Amino acid sequence: MSRVLAQAKVELLLTLRRGESLLVTIGIPVGILAFFSLVDVLPHGSGKAVDFLVPGVLALSVISSAMTSLGIATGFERHAGVLRRLGTTPLGRGGLLAAKCIALLATVVVQVVAVVIVGKLLGWHPSGDIAAAIGLIVLGVVAFAGLGFLLAGRLRAETNLAAANGLFLVFLLLGGIVVSLSKLPAGLASFCRALPAEPLATSLRDALQTGAVPLRALVTLLVWAAGACLLAVATFRWD
Amino acid sequence: MIHVGSLTKRYGDLVAVDDVSFDVQPGELFVLLGPNGAGKTTTVEILEGLRKADAGEVTVLDSPAGSRQVAEHVGVMPQESDLYAGIKTEEALRLFASFYDDHEDPDKLIERLDLDRVRKTNYRRLSGGEKRRLSLAIALVGKPKVAFLDEPTAGMDVEGRATTWSIVDELKVRGTTVMLTTHLLDEAERVADRVAILHRGKLVALGSPAELTSGRKNELTFSVASDIDTDALGAAVGAKVARAAKGVYRIANMPPTPRLVADVTKWLQTRDVLLRRLDVGPRSLEEFYLEVTR
Repeated sequence: MSRVLAQAKVELLLTLRRGESLLVTIGIPVGILAFFSLVDVLPHGSGKAVDFLVPGVLALSVISSAMTSLGIATGFERHAGVLRRLGTTPLGRGGLLAAKCIALLATVVVQVVAVVIVGKLLGWHPSGDIAAAIGLIVLGVVAFAGLGFLLAGRLRAETNLAAANGLFLVFLLLGGIVVSLSKLPAGLASFCRALPAEPLATSLRDALQTGAVPLRALVTLLVWAAGACLLAVATFRWD
Repeated sequence: MIHVGSLTKRYGDLVAVDDVSFDVQPGELFVLLGPNGAGKTTTVEILEGLRKADAGEVTVLDSPAGSRQVAEHVGVMPQESDLYAGIKTEEALRLFASFYDDHEDPDKLIERLDLDRVRKTNYRRLSGGEKRRLSLAIALVGKPKVAFLDEPTAGMDVEGRATTWSIVDELKVRGTTVMLTTHLLDEAERVADRVAILHRGKLVALGSPAELTSGRKNELTFSVASDIDTDALGAAVGAKVARAAKGVYRIANMPPTPRLVADVTKWLQTRDVLLRRLDVGPRSLEEFYLEVTR
């Protein structure tokens, strides 16, 4: 266990040391939250903008760290042979994976704290089920980390970089994160509901507003989590 | 300590390692030689657990290569550099040290491998030689019983090489089993207990440097200042004489005897030809290597 923790500490340290990683995991989500809360340009239904935005930005934070940041880093580490070398040490592949997950969860905690603090400063009032929201965040981490590993385990490092960033943008725009799905054409909205981002954002929003988690969103997210992880395990290449 | 039995590895149509077998004894310094593409690195990487064999039996410390039981006792210095771009020298060494229950003091290794100056430098900013030295330090930090060093001195400067060979000598004294690959034949001849030569995936020679080079040369080579009549000399000494290069002649496929040497020099004397050099000495490892990898 001490090996895994030592590895997790280094993973976290390296994540914090990468400027682009900090930008995508903290800078962009918090920036989006602050900007669209203060500047009234987005149609987001009734109520205060910040109440709509905080749950979506929490989902975006999960996507940025679990899929984009972790996926890109893992892709380059695979390409550079870091993964296979660590795999031959007593840490092993399982230990390496565990360390990455611990570091990821620690990153998500930092992100959530940052988003909540900024949200509070902007007048956010959560009124739902905090425990359900935490559970959803963990489920979201599993789903998007699965996607991140799936891309990183097969694609070339540069292709993976483009894919992870491209998907981040798709999820940002089509995930019900800043733009409510009710503003999208019906066909596109249905497509968005089948992607993993919208279920995470919507269920977090419901959990934090009413305390009720919509079954449809929960099932969709569970299917994505299971599918992405199983596929990642089946296809991941260590070198 | 290390057992390789009928190891075969293919990359598509290419047979990288073709039915190779050998054993390495505890405490032995075993050197794998061969031209580029001969299968050295593939063999070592299979032993390290970095690649899977297609066929054959490969064990390290009596366990399957790459298994968790052996990881604690194996040190690996791969040929390619492979660490996090953003990790500092000191952090990397401490991280790897933390993986082993019993490990060396990272600070001592940093000093021994002359990495003190770049202790806080990111991996991506290290020079090629510094990366290699850090890689060697990482291979040794877990006090391995078996160390795999894949071209340890490649990309190192003169001091780095000297340090590396002295560390290899220390490992040997300490009883560590070392398997290394190199292109430096004179170094291999100096340090190796045994040498295996791979050529196009096949094992073409295996033995101690002394064994491989002892076989009396089955030829006599000599140099003279002027051209000579090879047929006339051949008739006089009862052997076929061939011209190897300008002024260099060879009597091949015949064990050199004192009689033959005397006959050749006597014949040259009668023609008033000055002998510049005559060689019947043992082969160097390099000569042997070139012969078997031709």
